[in-house]
Amino acid sequence: MTITEKIIAVHAGCERVRPGEFVYADVDVALGNDITAPLAIAEFERAGLEAVWDPDRIALIPDHFTPNKDIKSAQQVKVMREFARKHRIRHYYEVGRCGVEHAFLPEQGIVVPGDLIIGADSHTCTYGALGAFATGVGSTDLAACMATGKVWLRVPASMKFEFKGRLPKWIGGKDLILHTIGRIGVDGARYRAMEFCGQAIAELNIEERMSLCNMAIEAGAKNGIIAPDDVTLEYVSQRGLRTPRLFRSDADAGYERTFEWDISNLSPQVALPHLPENVRPVEECRHIAIDQVVIGSCTNGRITDLRIAASILKGRKVARGVRLIVIPATQEVYRQALREGLIEVFLDADAAVSTPTCGPCLGGHMGVLAEGERSLATTNRNFVGRMGHPASEVYLCGPAVAAASAVTGRITHPDEI
Amino acid sequence: MKGTCWKFGDHVDTDQIIPARYLNTTDPGELAAHCMEDVDPGFSSKVRAGDIIVAGENFGCGSSREHAPIAIRHAGISCVIAKSFARIFFRNAINTGLPILECPGVVDVAREGDEVEVDLAAGRVVHCPSGQTFPVPPFPEELQEIIRAGGLMNYVRKRVGHR
Repeated sequence: MTITEKIIAVHAGCERVRPGEFVYADVDVALGNDITAPLAIAEFERAGLEAVWDPDRIALIPDHFTPNKDIKSAQQVKVMREFARKHRIRHYYEVGRCGVEHAFLPEQGIVVPGDLIIGADSHTCTYGALGAFATGVGSTDLAACMATGKVWLRVPASMKFEFKGRLPKWIGGKDLILHTIGRIGVDGARYRAMEFCGQAIAELNIEERMSLCNMAIEAGAKNGIIAPDDVTLEYVSQRGLRTPRLFRSDADAGYERTFEWDISNLSPQVALPHLPENVRPVEECRHIAIDQVVIGSCTNGRITDLRIAASILKGRKVARGVRLIVIPATQEVYRQALREGLIEVFLDADAAVSTPTCGPCLGGHMGVLAEGERSLATTNRNFVGRMGHPASEVYLCGPAVAAASAVTGRITHPDEI
Repeated sequence: MKGTCWKFGDHVDTDQIIPARYLNTTDPGELAAHCMEDVDPGFSSKVRAGDIIVAGENFGCGSSREHAPIAIRHAGISCVIAKSFARIFFRNAINTGLPILECPGVVDVAREGDEVEVDLAAGRVVHCPSGQTFPVPPFPEELQEIIRAGGLMNYVRKRVGHR
């Protein structure tokens, strides 16, 4: 079996499972945010359910429109807060104590290797970086899981992506996943498990692996996953709230397709509007002028990303006419960036630094685009209207290209400056 | 059910179905009012009850927002027919009781404004202008149980009630 099949089998109480099979699986952690949880709570209450299955295994994180951007958003968070109090939900956190859910949960050790995690947020697949099975679901799935601790799943077939060669300078998890989506398309892994391996993956730290697994959904996948190794165990040993369970694919595991790519000469990757599959090497995007740069989100708002951005911005200024918005993904990332002097580097460069929020990634607040404006962002989606006006544009990249481009005002290879 | 087609292409994403800027509410009527507005302004006021969305590959890709099937249903759409569905949208439609069908054949022949008749029980879609009939394979039994219960929460309530 593959690592994905093994984790599902263990949680479904089966010896083995096969792709296509339906199971009701036990869930270790169920997650919702200020957009999806209120709907789940409404469903839960409408069904007349009185008790949650386990208040320690539910995480409700207000991160999308927080700090509350308007009255309606405040009402949504209020629904979550009151539900969390009533049911004594352990992992509910107020603004000031949390951050973007997919950065916060791993950082706090709430998710660990071997877990089966569902989240009413499509980027829940991020936790595959720890060797967990994690998948995005809807609010009704969350409501049902809050009542029963279970989720229905169709076991996905697995696709294997082996990245050979050593990671070139400036290349991170974001570039590897953009490259992958560019090759297979936004439905290239629809309903599938994407398993990532190879020398380049071994060289990635956990945060880079999270950037990679985060965007598996952008290829249509059910989950992205990387087998746990020493890097994983070191990360988890410092924070895990529960004991990790380590799984890896058998040598004779079945894969629907296998891809092998040598990435030793890969350029930084950029996804052009309006789909994440419109990927080009940065060299082909050099002429594109930008109005705004966003560095943050569940994809690239961790300390690794801020260090890379600061290394380029140090002693430089954001180009005239360009707005750079830097959003540390969690309070801990913010504090660490402050300790290391990164926030000062951003401020000296004339960047706006925000408290943690998903904000601009989904056109919510903190950097919404006007008609005709163009943003380069370390976020994960560049759909029509994603960051604001339907006639605005979003280009996706990693933190190095984002920082370099903020300095020049056009999409730029970090080596250029 | 029989309804008029609204035709869309491949990869209709959830930001097109309901832009994130409207997700600060869970009110179905408000969500429906903004359904598809960035790709087809005024869509929800043009739709008549019972109309059908016909789309290409990977319909509903992107976010997990259940606001998407809710907006579609409350705009008056009776059924979504696509060549294929993104997986979270697929779950959300099954769980919330929005009828969906994978039927590439009818997507290729139907044009906007055509009448299409859907027989869910028989697993059949008829393109009325040409009279062409397309069989639709049934969903797996496990999903049909959820559909028959009227959605996941009804299904769960029954199971919890049995304990």
